Amino acid sequence: MSDATATPAELHGHEDHGHEDHEAHYGVPGYDPTASKMGMWLFLFTELLLFGTLFIVFAAYFYKFPTYFMEASSSLNIPVGGFNTVVLLTSSLTMALAIAALQRGNVKLSVKMLNATIGFAVLFCIVKAFEWGGKFEHGIWPGSDHVSAMEFGQQVFYSLYFVMTGFHALHVIIGAGLILWVKKRTLNGTISQERLVLMENIGLYWHLVDLVWIFLFPLYYLIS
Amino acid sequence: MSSDTAMPDLPETNYINAEKGLKSWLTTIDHKRIALMYLIAIGGFFVVAMGLGFMMRLELLNPGEQFLDGAAYNRVLTLHGVIMIFLFIIPSIPAVFGNFCLPIMLGANDVSFPRLNLASWYFYIAGAIVALFSVAAGGVDTGWTFYVPYSANTDANVMLPMFAAFLLGWSSILTGLNFIVTTHRLRAPGMGWRQMPLFVWGIYATSWIAVLATPVIGITLVLVLIERYMGIGIFNATMGGDPILFQHLFWIYSHPAVYVMVLPAMAVVSEIVPVFSQKRIFGYRFIAMSSIAIAAIGSLVWAHHMFTSGMADEGRIIFSFLTFFVSVPSAVKVFNWLATMYKGSIKVDPPMLFAFAFIFLFSIGGFTGLLQGALSVDIHLHDTAFIVAHFHYTMFGGTGVMFFGAMYYWWPKMFGRMYNRTMAYVGFAMFFVGFNTLYFPLFIAGLKGMPRRYADYLPEYHSYHALSTVGSWIMVTGILILFANLIWAIKRGKRAERNPWGGATLEWAVASPPATHQFDGPPEVGEPYDYKIPHLGDDESAGSGADEGKA
Amino acid sequence: MDAAAHDTHDAHDEPHLTPYSVYVGIWLALIALTGVTVLASVVDMKHQAIFVALFVATAKSTLVVLYFMHIAFENRVFWWFLLSAIATFVIFVLLTFADYAYR
Ligand SMILES: [Cu+2]
Repeated sequence: MSDATATPAELHGHEDHGHEDHEAHYGVPGYDPTASKMGMWLFLFTELLLFGTLFIVFAAYFYKFPTYFMEASSSLNIPVGGFNTVVLLTSSLTMALAIAALQRGNVKLSVKMLNATIGFAVLFCIVKAFEWGGKFEHGIWPGSDHVSAMEFGQQVFYSLYFVMTGFHALHVIIGAGLILWVKKRTLNGTISQERLVLMENIGLYWHLVDLVWIFLFPLYYLIS
Repeated sequence: MSSDTAMPDLPETNYINAEKGLKSWLTTIDHKRIALMYLIAIGGFFVVAMGLGFMMRLELLNPGEQFLDGAAYNRVLTLHGVIMIFLFIIPSIPAVFGNFCLPIMLGANDVSFPRLNLASWYFYIAGAIVALFSVAAGGVDTGWTFYVPYSANTDANVMLPMFAAFLLGWSSILTGLNFIVTTHRLRAPGMGWRQMPLFVWGIYATSWIAVLATPVIGITLVLVLIERYMGIGIFNATMGGDPILFQHLFWIYSHPAVYVMVLPAMAVVSEIVPVFSQKRIFGYRFIAMSSIAIAAIGSLVWAHHMFTSGMADEGRIIFSFLTFFVSVPSAVKVFNWLATMYKGSIKVDPPMLFAFAFIFLFSIGGFTGLLQGALSVDIHLHDTAFIVAHFHYTMFGGTGVMFFGAMYYWWPKMFGRMYNRTMAYVGFAMFFVGFNTLYFPLFIAGLKGMPRRYADYLPEYHSYHALSTVGSWIMVTGILILFANLIWAIKRGKRAERNPWGGATLEWAVASPPATHQFDGPPEVGEPYDYKIPHLGDDESAGSGADEGKA
Repeated sequence: MDAAAHDTHDAHDEPHLTPYSVYVGIWLALIALTGVTVLASVVDMKHQAIFVALFVATAKSTLVVLYFMHIAFENRVFWWFLLSAIATFVIFVLLTFADYAYR
């Protein structure tokens, strides 16, 4: 297809499912992977700005309380954070491979890679849960008495730490759910070598989750 | 509006009567039907919020307490602001006329993601329900800006309106996303970026702001909620937080939101002015690019709302300086509209009157805005009635007026019926006179020190307030006449031609009202502002003005 | 670009096939950069540490965006989209600091 008209009209053959139609209509949006991807990227921008806002908040307070932030940062466990970084990076790899495999028509490998991605996501959450649990044991949670007794800078650090990693973990969980859904649709053939934009889009979402962590990790763990 | 037999002279099946029953509306994915559903909801909320404003004016008729005490006044004021901003002005033109016209103007049969489009409507309705529910739960007294620390401490239930704003934010993000993709992917063959109507350019620029700025307010409101319910201090100064940071984040969205409100209004003016001058738009590219420029520069100036809140001096000077720039692209538009009218054969039909009103009122609003952009002046004007007058001139005199203008321009297309002209003129005249009587005195009262958001005032401000309240009576009467005329037209209006105004954009090439699939095949795409090509509508209206204009 | 042309015309109907090995290579680079940033944090650099960390994180995310997210092979219009989004965010940061940096 070379121009705009061809897009909806030509692709009409594989009309979006669940949208019954009797005869070809001009200009009815059908399967247009470029449009879907464009929509997904725009959605990712909202996520980018959402986390971006949290990073602005972080930056403003880091600028205000540099020493307290560094002190509090040293209470976070670098090996654990590093391990989780590797887990997420690897899950990004398996996600990319799942798409690459399906592009080559290798459904089996694709599903295996999706399974691996979900596995890594769960592993990430487990590690995160232990990490948070460790903090709770030390009486550190949002609004706890122990935190409220700290210096302002440290209070803000821990507040932001829980809010930002919490939001990120929420995205990991949602992402894992979406990948599970994609896996089901790959198995029943709704997502296939010819129609894989949905998998690509969920992949994009997953990589964004990875991107956020790429910044969260050094900013929280490595500034001490 | 699902009436069928009453319209024997209308196209037998059109998008309105294609399917029947409430369910067919609530599950529709036709962009035109979704536009109508927005119109009903948005119009309804406008009337409600107008009633609240009317009540505030009545309370202010005389000094002392009339029928609202201070607390009640605060709640009415917050509700008026929240409904007007979030439920009316922000969605108004894009959700109704963007949905209706943008695909048709591009030569497409729908938006790129029709089901997402319907979902946006449900987000809007959900947000609206939560907002109304918050009233039932006792109302909120924070004002629509939800400033901390008050919003984090007040006894009122802030959770609900904030959640409502969050849902409404998603509605406008998803609508914007849809319009951007549609503009990129569904243009008819031959419709390059330079053949796009300026309305589409305006909506396109608006959509980008909605997508990039709305998430900021979304997460900020969530942070306030977390702060409120988990007892942490992100913005709380007693726990190390910085309340001014909230103001930054709030205005990072809310100043660009001003352009989400006004860019679509300008886009409608850019359609109406050339059509009723029957002259090709002057400076097409400048108008198109100024929309993008407004979107870009508009995101650089937010902190001019915070000059008195304790920012660093250097920051204040930088933002004051940047604010002056944002008026340049707006002025570019005004000059181009005037140049379009120059030596045109101007037809003063009702839509054109609204465009005139926009240019007049928005210029006043814009210039007074420039005054506040100047740091030294703003220190005096901040939080006075001057500000109230200013933003009513820009938002209501701008967006509100062009929402009416768009209705009077596209109504014959949407319903295939023409309204009564005389009543349109009467309604417009009362509206315009009432508007200025209502808001202009507030400039003077504000200059003399009348603070905003107060339920009471000293006797020396009495004459301004009394005049203003009388203005509100005239204006509301005018608006009710304008609305009644339109509603009357749906049932009883004269059959409208396909192209009553002699427009050259594609919506005038399809039936009135359009069929569900308005285009059977790729439409013939011409220049959107070339009125000499008689291929659209009836020859009479399409050809007439252009030659005279050359004289 | 002629006026009628579509900005997102698909040059290739076939999806761009990236060899598996490229993905693995990018992954190795990402792991290596993670190692670098952790090691750098051990070195005492006072206030420069944050900039080193941000620099490495930016490098890592560039790799992810270009290869895992396919921006390197995507249509030009996607570049512009991403560029505007990032520019918007950078502007928000810089102008917020027009206040904070002077307080
Ligand atoms: Cu502003």
